[in-house]
Amino acid sequence: MHGLGVIRLGTGCLRMSETYIARSSAIAARLLAGEMMVMNSADSTFFTLNEVATAIWQAADGRTALREIVREQVCGQFDIDPEQAQADAEQFVADLSKHGILLVSDNPLFSESAR
Amino acid sequence: MSLMSEVGQKAFNLGVPLAVHMDVTYRCNERCVHCYLDHDDHGEMTTAEIKRVLNQLAEAGVFFLTLSGGEPFMRRDFFEIVEHARRLLFNVKVKTNAVMIGVAEAEKLRALAIDSIQISVYSHRPAVHDAITKLPHSFDRTIKAIRFLRDQGLRVCIANVLMTPNLADHDGVQKLAAELGVNYTLDPTITPMMDGDTSILALRIPGEELEEVFRNPALVPNQEEFCAPPKAPTHEELEGYSCSAGHSFCYISPYGDVFPCVQFPLPTGNVRRQKFLDIWNLSPQLKEVRSIQAKDLTVCSSCSHVSSCSRCPGLAYLEGSMRGPSTADCEKSFYRTGVPTANMLRQGLSKPRTTAPLVHIQPLAASA
Repeated sequence: MHGLGVIRLGTGCLRMSETYIARSSAIAARLLAGEMMVMNSADSTFFTLNEVATAIWQAADGRTALREIVREQVCGQFDIDPEQAQADAEQFVADLSKHGILLVSDNPLFSESAR
Repeated sequence: MSLMSEVGQKAFNLGVPLAVHMDVTYRCNERCVHCYLDHDDHGEMTTAEIKRVLNQLAEAGVFFLTLSGGEPFMRRDFFEIVEHARRLLFNVKVKTNAVMIGVAEAEKLRALAIDSIQISVYSHRPAVHDAITKLPHSFDRTIKAIRFLRDQGLRVCIANVLMTPNLADHDGVQKLAAELGVNYTLDPTITPMMDGDTSILALRIPGEELEEVFRNPALVPNQEEFCAPPKAPTHEELEGYSCSAGHSFCYISPYGDVFPCVQFPLPTGNVRRQKFLDIWNLSPQLKEVRSIQAKDLTVCSSCSHVSSCSRCPGLAYLEGSMRGPSTADCEKSFYRTGVPTANMLRQGLSKPRTTAPLVHIQPLAASA
C-alpha cells in the first residue's frame, strides 16, 4: 500500500499525502440487500462488504481522495467517529489491495470498472 | 456455513436471482450422442437483445452468469457478449467444448477476467471421445485448447458426462485432468431431449454401475457421509425447499424464454416481450415453483430420503408433476445408500425402474 504516511515537506511542516483508490477490472461485484459482494476471479477470493465499506467501494473512482470519500460517504452518511472512520478505511483499503481488488496510488487514477 | 453459502441463502430468502444460466445459441459444431438440444437456429436473440437482457439481469441483482450453448463460440459476437457481461461486473463462467479456442481466444478470455471455463471431455481415448461428439479430431482440439487456457492461468474444469459408451473411462479422464493440472467433475445425468424425445435416455448408465461410481473413493472421497442411510427429516427440512431453481436461479434460452432451470422446461415468460424482473416477480409459474415445500411433495414427503435426496423438480416435472418424484434421483438415492425409496415401495419394486415415462414436456413454442 502506498501513501497515507506522514511526509516532511520543505517548509518543515507535516502534511498528510493523499491516497486514491480505484476498483480493479478483474473483479465481479454486485449489491445484495445493501451489501456489496466482490469476487476476484484470479484467486476466487470472495468478500461481502458491509454498508460502510460498500459506500467506500462505490466511491472508489480513482479520482476522489480516500480522505474525501471518508468525509463525504462515511462520516456524512453514518454516525461514526471521523478518526476511527479514517483508520478503518485505511485498514479496509489495505486488505482489499492485498487481494488485488482495489488499486491504490498516491496520485489520482481512473477507475477501471464501469460501476 | 461458508460465506458463499450464507450469501446463497440470503439471496434465496430474499428471492433475488443470484445466478442465471444463459444459452446464447443452440447451434453446435459437435453432434454429441446424448445431447438434448435441437441445433437449428429458430431465431436467436441478437447481440443488442442479449446486451439489453444482461443490463436487466445486472439491475435485478444477478451476480453469477453462466454462458453456454450449444457451443457459445459458434456466435461471432460471443466475445462482445462476454465483454459486455464483464463490464457489468458479472462473475462469468463459460461452458464450451473448446474446439474453437486457440491461443488468441485464450488470451482474450484471460484479459476479460472470466471466473472459469467448464469443458466437456468424454474419454481419455480420442476414438471414444470423437465417437460421442461425432466430430473427427475433436479430442485433440479440445485438449490443445485446455492447455492454452491453463497456460493463461485460467481456471479450467473438465466435465465428464458418464453414459454407456464411456462408462469405463472416468478413471482415465480423471487422470488426464490431473496431468493437465485442471479440475474434474463427473455427471451421470442424461436428460430427455427438449422436444420430449426420450430415446437418448437409453444412454443412461445402468443402476448397478451407478452404485460402483458412488462407491469409488477416487470419485466420492467422503464415502461414509455420502453413502450413509438417510436420517428422518426434521420439521425444518419438511418446511424447506428442494433446490434453487426459480428461487435464486433461472435459465434463459437463446430465444429469450425464461425457465426455472436448464433442466426444468416450464415456460415462465420471454425477455423479448417482457422485462426480466416482471417475469421473475410476477410469473404465476415461478410463484408455483416457489410455493412447493418438501412436505407438499406427493410421494417424496413420506420418503426416508426426503432430506438428503438430490431430487430434481425439473426432472419430476418432465415425469408428470413438479410435486412428484424424479425417478432418476430415486435411483441415485437407492444406489447411494441401499435403502429403497417411497416411490419404489409404492410400486412394489425391489430395484428402481431405470426410465420413467415422460408425459409432461412442453415445446418451447408454448411460451411464445
